[in-house]
Amino acid sequence: MSAVAPPAEETLESRPVRGSLPRRLVGRPELGAVVGAVAVFVFFSVVADAFLQWSSFSTVLYASSTIGIMAVPVALLMIGGEFDLSTGVLVTSSALISSMFSYQMTANVWVGVGVSLLATLAIGFFNGYLLVRTNLPSFIITLGTFLILQGCNLGFTKLISDTVSTKSISDMEGFPSARKVFASHLTIGDVEVQITVLWWFALIALATWILLRTRAGNWIFAVGGAKEAARAVGVPVERTKIGLYLGVALAAWISGQHLLFTYDVVQSGEGVGNELLYIIAAVIGGCLLTGGYGSAVGAAVGAFIFGMTNKGIVYAQWGADWFKFFLGAMLLLATLLNWWVRKRAEESK
Amino acid sequence: MTAAVLAAVLGTALAGCSDTGGKRAEERAAREAAAGGRAAVNTPKWTFAMVTHSGDGDTFWDIVQSGAKQAAVKDNIKFLYAHNEEGKEQAQLVQSYIDQKVDGLIVTLAKPDAMKSVVKKAHKAGIPVITVNSGAEVSKAFGALTHVGQDETIAGEAVGDELNKRGQKKALCVLHEQGNVGLEQRCDGAAKTFDGKMEKIYVEGTNMPDVQSSIEAKLQSDKGIDTVLTLGAPFADTAAKAADQAGSKAEIDTFDLNAKVAAALQDDTLGFAVDQQPYLQGYEAVDLLWLNRYNADVLGGGKPVLTGPQIITKDDAAELASYTKRGTR
Repeated sequence: MSAVAPPAEETLESRPVRGSLPRRLVGRPELGAVVGAVAVFVFFSVVADAFLQWSSFSTVLYASSTIGIMAVPVALLMIGGEFDLSTGVLVTSSALISSMFSYQMTANVWVGVGVSLLATLAIGFFNGYLLVRTNLPSFIITLGTFLILQGCNLGFTKLISDTVSTKSISDMEGFPSARKVFASHLTIGDVEVQITVLWWFALIALATWILLRTRAGNWIFAVGGAKEAARAVGVPVERTKIGLYLGVALAAWISGQHLLFTYDVVQSGEGVGNELLYIIAAVIGGCLLTGGYGSAVGAAVGAFIFGMTNKGIVYAQWGADWFKFFLGAMLLLATLLNWWVRKRAEESK
Repeated sequence: MTAAVLAAVLGTALAGCSDTGGKRAEERAAREAAAGGRAAVNTPKWTFAMVTHSGDGDTFWDIVQSGAKQAAVKDNIKFLYAHNEEGKEQAQLVQSYIDQKVDGLIVTLAKPDAMKSVVKKAHKAGIPVITVNSGAEVSKAFGALTHVGQDETIAGEAVGDELNKRGQKKALCVLHEQGNVGLEQRCDGAAKTFDGKMEKIYVEGTNMPDVQSSIEAKLQSDKGIDTVLTLGAPFADTAAKAADQAGSKAEIDTFDLNAKVAAALQDDTLGFAVDQQPYLQGYEAVDLLWLNRYNADVLGGGKPVLTGPQIITKDDAAELASYTKRGTR
């Protein structure tokens, strides 16, 4: 295990580092990510004229939130030592289930939203249950789910709707109120804030509270850091892992409903590849790929770095052909800065 | 337990399906009515296979298939379909149909180099090949009978002309798949005839929120853009949302058609759509193969048979709306 990861036993006892404010800051996993985010922000403020407008900031926040909503539970899952490759298509599944159920049953769309929540949670539970039962790598299990869901998304949509996208549900009962909850925007001053940003902040707060203030938080660090040791001291490893997959499913449901109520028609082939974005955001934010270390705030900052870079390149009007190159280079730089800051912080402790 | 929940949920979803089964059956009947729902000829039951470069769940290719299937019913053809985005995989699929000794092949040549040898192999094996959609320039050289499709450059040029007619000054071309030659040709064609300035932007086509926020960002950073051109129907609505969010008055125009685009054209949220009539590409390909088998006919005189571009505005949209809903336009 790398030097930056404290052993699990130590984490269990001294997780929030006590002492003076600077000392406490230095101990936080998201410190490096925050420095990286500030650097990216300053950089684009200088090179892109349009970057500093309020409306631009709102766009960047929106882009960050659509990744961030998923990155938060994905980070928790990674702290707990597991992966989920099915998250990208699970979001699409969640939207499809909701839309098709409402349309086919001619039900109030809230019924579809509820059914979708149950179904999405069931898929999350399936991932977690299979994992703890078989002890197979989560990589393999969720890769299987990923492919199954991809097939189901297309197969069921085609079977039920007879085309590859769902029918529009915008004229159905309950749609306006559901749109308010999942896909509206609030006007604060001159700035329009997408509601996904609020969902995102709520999830960050919830996840941070769980990680730092509850016993379940201890368990998550423990199962990710040293599973057998955790089991030996009485941590309910299986329940914790299943819970983490349920958390991912819950966020996928929120994202899926956002997709549905923003665009009211869902394309069944969407979502593939997004699972990587969520993992990238968590890793930029300081989560270790090996588990046992990281934070929800860090993952959120990671998503923010990704959103800023992604949109900053557009604001800077750099050549479109090189977009991916710039994206990769900027992310690498932000992550290197993140790594450097954290290393310095570890040394000074 | 999970399985039970899943089964229950899927069960109810399927039950919902059977509720509207009547409606679906009705639609299907209407669609097949054109062919009388049964073969109109008594030629032997030949097998034709189509292999495209489509990704999963693509509306456009769904419409192509729908045309091909309908022609197959009429011509007493057993129709097989497979697709893969990777050129190499697509070629392997074609090879497997050659191994099965099908009576005719329909392929797309979006990645011509990968497909070259296998199309030649089919030709050598005596299987007639018709290329559709992409690959007009190489189709003949590979030994295909005919190409049925839209020349992407010509379609782009038609867009440029239309934009000039509308007095647009600065356009943004939204590419939803980096590295797709056809999409590049559309943008380049439009840029060629358009008197104003045209810029390109690449977006992640499988991630709608990303498409939206990228267009939003572009419109915020460049207030001079008065036209957003999307290259696929599902992206038109998203572009309209982005323009709205960015407070931009830019006109949204798009390639290809779907039910939402038809509706948006009618209520003026979209300027125009360029249709290449995918239904026709599927239908004609099967029909031409049949004609070739039956009567040794070849259409096009060595030149591609064009299915587009057809510029669709508010006036035409009303008529097409019902066809887009049933998935044939």
